[in-house]
Amino acid sequence: MPSFFRRHRLDTPILLCLALLLMAALSCTGSASLQRTVTEMLIRLIMVVGLFIFIGHSGVMSFGHMAFVGIGAYGVAWTTMDPAIKQLVLPGLPAILHQSALPWIPASVLAALLAGVIALIVGSVILRLSGIAASIATFSLLAIFNVVYSNWDSVTAGSSSIVGIPTPVEVWQALGFAAAAIVVAHFHSVSRFGLALRAVREEPVAAQSCGINAWRQMLVAFVLSAFVCGLGGALDAQFLGVVNPDAYYLGRTFTCLTMLVIGGSTSLSGAVSGVIVLSALIEILVRLESGVALGSMTFQLPTGSQEIVVGLVMILMLIRRPAGLMKGRDWLWPTLLARQRLLRPILRTT
Amino acid sequence: MTATLQYLFDALSLGSLYALGALGIALIFGVMRLVNFAHGDVMTFAIFVLIAPTSEAVAPLWVGAWSTPLLVATVLAAGAGLSIVSEWLVFRHLRHATPATTMMASFALGFVIQNSLLVLHSSRPKAVNLWPTLSMPMNIFGARVPALQLLMVGITMALLIGLAWMLRRSRVGLEMRAAAENFDMARMLGVKANRVILVAFGLSGTLAALIGLLMVSQTGLVDIRIGAPMMLVAFVATVIGGLGSLAGAVLGGFLIGAVSTLLQAWLPLDARAFRDAFVYLAVILLLLWRPNGLFVTSTARQRV
Repeated sequence: MPSFFRRHRLDTPILLCLALLLMAALSCTGSASLQRTVTEMLIRLIMVVGLFIFIGHSGVMSFGHMAFVGIGAYGVAWTTMDPAIKQLVLPGLPAILHQSALPWIPASVLAALLAGVIALIVGSVILRLSGIAASIATFSLLAIFNVVYSNWDSVTAGSSSIVGIPTPVEVWQALGFAAAAIVVAHFHSVSRFGLALRAVREEPVAAQSCGINAWRQMLVAFVLSAFVCGLGGALDAQFLGVVNPDAYYLGRTFTCLTMLVIGGSTSLSGAVSGVIVLSALIEILVRLESGVALGSMTFQLPTGSQEIVVGLVMILMLIRRPAGLMKGRDWLWPTLLARQRLLRPILRTT
Repeated sequence: MTATLQYLFDALSLGSLYALGALGIALIFGVMRLVNFAHGDVMTFAIFVLIAPTSEAVAPLWVGAWSTPLLVATVLAAGAGLSIVSEWLVFRHLRHATPATTMMASFALGFVIQNSLLVLHSSRPKAVNLWPTLSMPMNIFGARVPALQLLMVGITMALLIGLAWMLRRSRVGLEMRAAAENFDMARMLGVKANRVILVAFGLSGTLAALIGLLMVSQTGLVDIRIGAPMMLVAFVATVIGGLGSLAGAVLGGFLIGAVSTLLQAWLPLDARAFRDAFVYLAVILLLLWRPNGLFVTSTARQRV
C-alpha cells in the first residue's frame, strides 16, 4: 500500500482536498455570505484546475477556456430548467430538451462532455499551430463563442441572461466537484500522458525524437481540461441560477489566468494556492469597495479598483517571481519534503 | 459596377484599420517577441483624452475641443506616451522572460489600463462628434463614398510607404530590422537594444492612437469596449500574415477587412450577426492550410 501511495504521489491531492475540506467546514460555522464566498471560490477552483491541466503541462497559454466554461454553463441551462420555461424562453431547442428536465448531476456531466467534444474538434485544429500562434487562436475561440452565444437568440436568449436555472449547488456540492477535479488533474499529471506533455514542454524536439506525439498529448490535455472547465461552468450556472454570455468573457478569463499564474502554473498545488490566495485578496478588495468603517470615518475604494489592484499584483508577480508562489513544487507531507532536501545535493553531484 | 466599387471602398477602409492595428502589434513582436495584448487598451486610452473624466452621460470635451492639428498631435502623443511608459514600467523588467510570461503581463497591463479608464470615465459610451464634414458622402464613379473612408485609405497608404521607407533607408529602421532578425547578434554589432525597443513601442502606440482617432470620427462614440474586438482582429491578422513579418501583418489586415466586407454583403440576413464567427472560422481554415501564416519568417521556423 505505501508503494502505491508513493508511486502515485497521493499525498498532494489528499493534502489539497483536506485543506479545502477545512475551509468548507469553517465556512459552515460562519455567516451565509461567507458560505457563498467559499462556494464561489470552490467553483472557481474547478475552472482554474481545468486551466492547469492544459496550460500547466503544455506551457501554452490558453485564453479560450472560458468558452468551455460557458458551454458547460449553457449546457445545464438547456437540460435542467423547467420544460415550460424552456419552451417559452428558448424556442429553438430540440424537442427532446423541451419535454424533459434532467437531475443536476447527470446534467452537469453531460454539459461538461459537450465542452469536451467541442474541445476535441476545435483542439485538433488549433493545436497544430506553434505555441504563440496557438495562444492567439484560443483567443479567437473565445471571440467565436461570445459572438455565437450573444446572437443565437432562439437557443441562448441572445445577450440577455437566462434566468431560472435550478440552484442545488452549495458548499458541499461544490467541494465534492472541486475534489473530483483535483483528483482528475492529479492522475493526469502523474500518468504517462502528463509526463509526456511535460517533456514536450521542456524539450519539444527531444521529446518528439523519443516517440512522443506532441499533438496527441496536447489534445488529450486540452479535451480533459475543457471537460473540467465545462464542469466548473455547469456548477457556476447552478450556483447563481443565471447565465449570460458576457459572464464567460475577458473578465473571467483574466481572473482565472491570474490565479493560475500567481500560484504557479506548473504544479497542481500552485493552481490551488493561487485560487485560495487571490480569492482572499479579491474578497478583501470587494469589501473595501463597498466601504469599511474605521472609527468615525468610512474608508471606501472606488468601484473598479479591485481589478486594478489584481492586475498590478499580477504584473509585479510576473516580474518578481514568474514561477509563481509555489515555483512548480507540490504540497507534500513534511517528512517527504525533508527526504527530498537530503536527496537534492546527491542528485546534483552525480 | 457601382456596388462592387462601394464594397471595394468598404473593404479597403476596414482593411486599413485592421492593417494599421496589425502593424502596431507586429512591430513590437518582431523586435522583442512580445505579444502585446495591451495594444487595444493603449488605443482606448488615447481617444479618452478627447473628453474630460466624468460619470455623467454627456462628457464635456477636453482635447476634443482643441484645434485640429493640436488635437491630432495630442492624441497621437498620448498613445505613444502610454506605450513607452508601459515599456519602462513593465516590459523592460521582463526582457528575459518567456513569451508566455510577457503575454500574460501585457494582458494584465491592458486590464489595468481599461479598469483605470472605467474608474475615471464610467462604462457609458460618450458621444464625440469630430469633423462632421468628413462623413459627407462623395461621388466617385457613381459610388457614394464618405470622405472619411478615402482619408482612411489615403492615410494608411501614406503611412505604409513612410514606414517602408523608414525601415529600409533610415538608420533606426535598419537597426529595427536587424533586431527583428536576430536580436542578440544585432546587440553584439552595436545596436542599442533599449533604443530600438523604445522606438518600436513609440511607433506602435502612435499607430494605436491613430486607429482610435479614425474609429471615433467614424462612429462618433468614445467607448471603453472599443479596444478588445479591434485588437483581436489585429492579432489574428498578424498570425495569418506570419508572426514577425510586417508585410504579412499588413496583408493579413487587408485580407480580414475584405473577407468581413464580403461576408457582410453575401451572408443571408439571419446569419449576418454571426459574421465575426465566420471570419474567425475562415482564419482557422487558412491556418490549417498554412500553419505558419502566409509569410514564414526565419524566426518562426523551428531549428532542430
